[in-house]
Amino acid sequence: MPVQLLDWEALEEFFTALKRRGFTLIGPQLQDGAIVYDQLEKPEDLPLGWQDVQDKGSYRLHQRDDEAAFGYVVGPHSWKRFLHPPSLRLWRAKRSESGFDLQEEALKDPKYAFIGVRACELSAIEIQNKVFLGGSYTDPHYRARRQGAFIVAVNCTQAGGNCFCASMGTGPKVETGFDLALTEVLAPSRHYFTVEVGSEQGAELLKEIPHQEASQQEIATAQQLVATAAGQMGRELDNSGLKEILYASYDHPRWDEIAERCLSCGNCTMVCPTCFCTTVEDVTDLSGQEAERLRHWDSCFSIDFSYIHGGSVRASGKARYRQWLTHKLASWIDQFGSSGCVGCGRCITWCPVGIDITAEATAIRNSQAVTGVKTKGTRHVQADH
Amino acid sequence: MTRARKPKLAVWKFASCDGCQLSLLDCEDELLAIAGEVEIANFLEASRAVVKGPYDLSLVEGSITTPHDAKRIQQVRRASKTLVTIGACATAGGIQALRNFKDVQEFVSVVYAQPKYIDSLAKSTPIADHVFVDFELRGCPISKQQLLEVLSAFLYGRKPNTPASSVCLECKRRGTTCVMVAQGTACLGPVTQAGCGALCPAYNRGCYGCFGPMETPNTVSLAAWWQTELDASDLDLLRALRTFNAYAGPFRKESEAHDRKQ
Ligand code: SF4
Ligand code: SF4
Ligand code: SF4
Ligand code: SF4
Repeated sequence: MPVQLLDWEALEEFFTALKRRGFTLIGPQLQDGAIVYDQLEKPEDLPLGWQDVQDKGSYRLHQRDDEAAFGYVVGPHSWKRFLHPPSLRLWRAKRSESGFDLQEEALKDPKYAFIGVRACELSAIEIQNKVFLGGSYTDPHYRARRQGAFIVAVNCTQAGGNCFCASMGTGPKVETGFDLALTEVLAPSRHYFTVEVGSEQGAELLKEIPHQEASQQEIATAQQLVATAAGQMGRELDNSGLKEILYASYDHPRWDEIAERCLSCGNCTMVCPTCFCTTVEDVTDLSGQEAERLRHWDSCFSIDFSYIHGGSVRASGKARYRQWLTHKLASWIDQFGSSGCVGCGRCITWCPVGIDITAEATAIRNSQAVTGVKTKGTRHVQADH
Repeated sequence: MTRARKPKLAVWKFASCDGCQLSLLDCEDELLAIAGEVEIANFLEASRAVVKGPYDLSLVEGSITTPHDAKRIQQVRRASKTLVTIGACATAGGIQALRNFKDVQEFVSVVYAQPKYIDSLAKSTPIADHVFVDFELRGCPISKQQLLEVLSAFLYGRKPNTPASSVCLECKRRGTTCVMVAQGTACLGPVTQAGCGALCPAYNRGCYGCFGPMETPNTVSLAAWWQTELDASDLDLLRALRTFNAYAGPFRKESEAHDRKQ
């Protein structure tokens, strides 16, 4: 289907059409000084005229000089919150005469319509599809949520200070995995979106709202904006031979140096749109009649994460950061066939002490041959090895 | 579950504000369920009736600050099968441990008209410095949910789910936007143990560290970031670290480093 055009004024009808089909809209909005993903009712709820300025360990909102609805990049939330919720009950058990009865948690299909999914985020969803739905053990909760979802992607027309999707080959232009993909254009007298149709469902929905075929010039303008974003990446990462380099750097002194800065707080794993680890918790009630098993997002930065009989496998901060970076950029490739990083920059922004995965990987690449890199002589609160 | 007899529960108070015991009374909806499963044998905050020991489970609130209390905790330990300390006073010495950094005799001479009647120890110390403690429940005050979790775990012989990882993990699960990254507000969440559900950041404040140090607190790095990026002074750091858990090892060492510098 050729590229279509949707005027800003038609967005309201677009939202209504989605709701008519039973979708709950989830999209970007301002909350507590950030652009987060939450339930969306009308186009005016979008962060009109706002932009995020991101750096290592820093995020600030700034007013734009236009009324762009998608003029920001990515915030602290990712769609993972909705497809792979932070906490979920898996089952409940009730004591019975003969033992106990198990009641599995019903699968929910919340029918989400995600508004404003970026290219890197689509790649992250693709990766989580492989993690949760590939192989012999699949996650029925993820499947139910993912299958029912309607995806409205948005091409980035401006990149952020911590973005490096261009290096990872995951953006800024969306390629597949969407129902409809928009590119926002703010022409002097007109606010419109060019629309690519990515699925039957997307085409059907478009029929219900006023739209027209986009002209060659409108398409070219939109493409130009996306190309500009590609040239604005705040960070970059050289992936050539990176896996081999990291595999050969198990004892690199840089890990010790990072461990001096890393807080093992786990923020990077929580915000990463591909990180998928969870822990389970069994709880009983006071009367001992009922029990339930809960699943929560977990992090490879917690001690319990690698706890097996006799202790934690990754007891030091060094071992934990090494695990995280090496899994993302190297062993993920062997495990799932692609890098585990989509270049969204969230881990760099939301690390409370601004640790930058691209800078660390580059430092290891550049000094791989050099051994005995001097680490700063700072005090240690505890010997952490 | 049917048991031969209900386990006997005792609640003890040492130097504290009673806030943690109140968390137990605060379990309004669950209080009946608790009373159904345990015999509340000693809980002066709730009832004056005292049942003689030994007790199956003792919840101990407060720190040790007087020679008398130092003896009393030994008696409590001897009378208790399982002893669980609750709250920052019992687990770290509490806010009253601020005196540990100064000379307590000097305070006494200034504050009291008749200093000779004051019989106080030089330091306020956690219960675990005096007797063996089976489990420590953090918080100032403790979280009601965590207390119920510890009680259920005790009743059914399992390990309580009270992770020692950072407050940040709870903050992110909750979906709160990081106040430090997005607003430049100093937050102790990355070095503080989870348990409160990341309450303060959810109300737009930095964490005050009331659950004490997390499992691997890198206070040196966090303090350096506060100083270089958030313009915190040594005095700011000293004040942030010297609150409810001032005497907990990692917080104490870090605050001492900034005390020396300022
Ligand atoms: S590792 Fe960092 S940059 Fe890469 S996908 Fe995860 S959060 Fe984004
Ligand atoms: S890299 Fe940053 S966000 Fe990740 S655990 Fe370390 S300090 Fe926390
Ligand atoms: S607000 Fe505080 S607790 Fe929450 S993620 Fe940021 S540093 Fe951690
Ligand atoms: S966020 Fe920090 S200060 Fe606030 S309740 Fe939790 S542990 Fe206490």
